[in-house]
Amino acid sequence: MASLKTRLLKEKIAKGFMHLSGMLVTGSLFFIVGTILYKGLPYLSWEMISQLPKGGFYIGKEGGILNAILGSLYLAGVATLLATLIGVPIALFLNIYINTASKLAQFSKLMFDILYGIPSIVYGAVGFTIMVYFGIRASLLGGIITITLLTIPIVVRTVDELIKTVPTDLKNVTLSLGATNWEVAKVFLLHIKPGILTAILLAFGRSIGDVAGVLLTTGFSDNLPRYIDEPAATLPLAIFFQLSSPIPEVQGRAYASALILTFIILIIVICTHILSSKQNKHKI
Amino acid sequence: MKQLTFVLLLISLSVVIIIGIGLTFKSVPLFESFNIWNLLTDKVWSPMKGKFGFLPFIAGTLSVTLVALVIAIPLCILTSIYLTEYGSKTLKNTILPLINVLAAIPPVLYGVWGVLFIVPAIQSYIAPIFAVSTSGYTILAGGIVLAVMIFPIMISIMVEVLKTVPTELKSASLSLGATKWETIQQVILRKAKPGLIAAIVLAISRAFGETVAVLMVCGNVPKIPTSIFDAGYPIPALIANNFGEMMSIPLYDSALMFSALLLFVIIFGFNLISRIILNKLEGKHNG
Repeated sequence: MASLKTRLLKEKIAKGFMHLSGMLVTGSLFFIVGTILYKGLPYLSWEMISQLPKGGFYIGKEGGILNAILGSLYLAGVATLLATLIGVPIALFLNIYINTASKLAQFSKLMFDILYGIPSIVYGAVGFTIMVYFGIRASLLGGIITITLLTIPIVVRTVDELIKTVPTDLKNVTLSLGATNWEVAKVFLLHIKPGILTAILLAFGRSIGDVAGVLLTTGFSDNLPRYIDEPAATLPLAIFFQLSSPIPEVQGRAYASALILTFIILIIVICTHILSSKQNKHKI
Repeated sequence: MKQLTFVLLLISLSVVIIIGIGLTFKSVPLFESFNIWNLLTDKVWSPMKGKFGFLPFIAGTLSVTLVALVIAIPLCILTSIYLTEYGSKTLKNTILPLINVLAAIPPVLYGVWGVLFIVPAIQSYIAPIFAVSTSGYTILAGGIVLAVMIFPIMISIMVEVLKTVPTELKSASLSLGATKWETIQQVILRKAKPGLIAAIVLAISRAFGETVAVLMVCGNVPKIPTSIFDAGYPIPALIANNFGEMMSIPLYDSALMFSALLLFVIIFGFNLISRIILNKLEGKHNG
């Protein structure tokens, strides 16, 4: 065995490398946000936020990205609402109505984990196929269907993790007082309320940022969608399409859109952080 | 309530089946005209002439993923070891939330970063070192962007896995006179190996399916890349780029749905394997 000195030297070198990797990993975050801030800030103006693009999103020079901001909020809002209404009861079912150790519960959780990992382009392709089958054209509705399917696993998984933190005794005590399963569920819901908001925010963040899924299903439009069967613009698509434009003003709109999307995501992350520390305080 | 939630569960789970059957159903016309083996190994992609060779896209996906893994694996293993073994509580409480922010950033913003920063950097600084001239839209650019995208998933799972290594094992090794680094190499990494591999496999499946960020930076030329400074064309980008025109050319839509099926099957398999490993580890830890 080598002398203690060389062994300790090795330890030092290894530690140095670890420091370096840690800094690279966390540094990449500041790099990304920094690049977007640097490029986007000069283009951010009230006009950007309050106006529709004029003269076509690709060639037009005037106007802003109101269509994309509102389109994104509509799409992500409705999809998140639907995913919550479907996902939360499923998580409750898997933990309260049936035994968590049962085959059905285990299998379902595995499947939701896998669904969570399926890329959004596959959801997009499937959503597109479903739309063709039912004769729905590229529209807000198509996007909502696809994004809801995409976000259900997120809600189920997050709420499931939350319910695991609730002590089993609570369930047993409530049941022994003669409560029904539904009443137990209500007690649980009260207990994990801040956490459920976290799940909703996570799902909202994922829906508002998704692009591959909406690319195939939502279409793109310079106007606000008045009905659910009209195509709609979303922020990620506005970035994606406008970035490749040769016209500087249009590119600027892409940078501004990227900045706005970053703001939204950062706000969501901060809220999630606050909520999850609240949830931790709730712990018995 | 019970029946209602059960029905919701069944409907949601059937999404897996809908994806599988739907995509297979749409790919059938392609199988009727071509042999699946030929589809996967043919080099020529020319839908107008009725040629559907998927090899360039498979090669593109594999090479971008490989570059991403080469960058991400060492960085993530070192970072997660540092966090679990050396890092103070405050450090963990600062770095892990930052990594969560990285996970929350949407793919398209990674793409913007790639286009604005990585691509020009490769064009004017990295490629000249190797005496290559390129536009910067390369496999390497895709790999770097993808590596940053898979940092969060790799690190969060690796940290969880490293936490499951029993303290007794570490203490035993340390008390025998091993340095901390030796303990990490000989005991912790060995013990955590299956979990670490599962984390990597999950990250691979994430990398395989990543569409937009990679599409924006890797050039999209349907040729088999020969170096990391060549452009590449991954499978997800193929679907995203061509869905608009696919309805007008015979078998084109079928070919694209086949590529979606391919992605689905590969990612389903990878996810299944690594989830089973991780669930087992978690179970062991609790019990």
